[in-house]
Amino acid sequence: MTRSFLPITTITVFILFVWYGFSIVLNSSWAYDRAARNSQTLTFKELVHDTWSQKKPKLPAPHQVFSEMWETTFNKKVTSKRSLVYHTWITLSGTIAGFLLGTMLGIILALAIVHDRATDLSIMPWIITSQAIPILALAPMIIVVLGSMGFTGLLPKAVISMYLSFFPVVVGMVKGLRSPEILEIDQMKTWSATKTQILWYLRIPRSIPYLFTSLKLGIAASLVGAIVGELPSGAISGLGARMLAGSYYGQTIKIWSALFAAAILAATLVTLIGLIQKIISRRMMLQL
Amino acid sequence: MSSENMISAKSISLRFDTEDGVVNALQNVSINISRGEFVSFIGPSGCGKTTFLRIIADLERPTEGEIEVNGMTPEEARRARAYGYVFQAPGLYPWRTIEANVRLPLEIMKYSKAEISKRIQRVLSLVELNGFEKKFPWQLSGGMQQRVSIARSLSFDADILLMDEPFGALDEIVRDHLNLQLLKLWLKTNKTICFVTHSIPEAVYLSTKIVVMSPRPGRIIDVIDSALPKQRPLEIRDTKPFIEIAQRVREGLRKGQSYD
Repeated sequence: MTRSFLPITTITVFILFVWYGFSIVLNSSWAYDRAARNSQTLTFKELVHDTWSQKKPKLPAPHQVFSEMWETTFNKKVTSKRSLVYHTWITLSGTIAGFLLGTMLGIILALAIVHDRATDLSIMPWIITSQAIPILALAPMIIVVLGSMGFTGLLPKAVISMYLSFFPVVVGMVKGLRSPEILEIDQMKTWSATKTQILWYLRIPRSIPYLFTSLKLGIAASLVGAIVGELPSGAISGLGARMLAGSYYGQTIKIWSALFAAAILAATLVTLIGLIQKIISRRMMLQL
Repeated sequence: MSSENMISAKSISLRFDTEDGVVNALQNVSINISRGEFVSFIGPSGCGKTTFLRIIADLERPTEGEIEVNGMTPEEARRARAYGYVFQAPGLYPWRTIEANVRLPLEIMKYSKAEISKRIQRVLSLVELNGFEKKFPWQLSGGMQQRVSIARSLSFDADILLMDEPFGALDEIVRDHLNLQLLKLWLKTNKTICFVTHSIPEAVYLSTKIVVMSPRPGRIIDVIDSALPKQRPLEIRDTKPFIEIAQRVREGLRKGQSYD
């Protein structure tokens, strides 16, 4: 922790420096225009002050974003539509639902693929093709189709989220379930173990490290899926909806604070999975 | 020792089709192994000694020839759990304790709980590893891990023990110790043991019968019945009969080499 303190701080300071610099550059034309209309000239100090405090800047300054986040996180009731916590929760619930569905689907597909060669040959190309389609093109159709069947809100979002998150799980689990060495499989054969026993005693435990790597990718993909699912649906809540609303009204500060909320959420979820991974692999004596 | 045949192979051949052409892993191998014998298969790499062991274990099917294991086909024998197989590597599961590793085949074979714990105790004491039940494999030395592997293959009371260079990766001192232990174990359990090795002293020290093999194509050069007594202290390796058998093995190996 102490070892990483200096590099992390250095990078953070650097990013803030560049960010503040770009806010001056990008927001300056607006500041100059307004000054010209009022037949004023701007000193550099006035320019900086103006570009860092505009209401609808092209690029909001960091402190504007963070004060907006602080305001909408701690000074609003969590049930309020203006609360960032509320919107984050909406997106989180879609993410978790999609992640659970995607993980289940991924594991089931991986089991089918490893168990049966015909499934491997027939399904695998479709799985890969599915990921070649841009989710942005597919998401509205999923929402329309499910909407016409009477499903709105959480479910379509979860489905889109699942669509993105099952893929890393399939790929990782197929690799993991096939990771036992030939010797280990031969050994099982000498005991006349059934396919199910080989799966249960050998393949599944051996696949655990692969599963966790996939879950980390999967949860991040789920979050992207949930946000994408909120964009075209005309949803009024969720981080995606907030980003969309922000872009309609040019409220860049709102967009950026939603972006940061999403990033923090993703980091938290990935860290959480990493923690569970550590505990389980320590229990299983697996070196990771 | 009864002369009942435990393993009998008649003109076994096995060819592999590889990209570089056909490989004759085994050609025309015939041998009879009686109940209670300790048979070593010795030869340079590629002579088919491991392949022959794998054929007995039904991990490999011969292209020609017939083989019976305890009066059955190898597949029937495998299904009847007629043999225990010890591989070159211990193949222990790192997430299972020693006890749980030994328990694994017994769980697979659906023994009762009481029976399982009785058997674990018995086989662990056979390989002198009592007190290590709760340890994990990484806490044990290589030699101890291989003993766990042997205990595991003994746990379900198969009549035949197939061992594929089980001590190949261990140093000389540990190997001596394990050879001594293995002999004791064999005397105690009266199993039929097929043992693959490329160490001449190990083969001569352990065996009642030594099968000398040679590569390209894999075949039997010589079968030596050892007249050494069943009780063998390590010092027997310096006696005249021992040295004579070792010489004959060496000659056989040389004869096989002169082919190519």
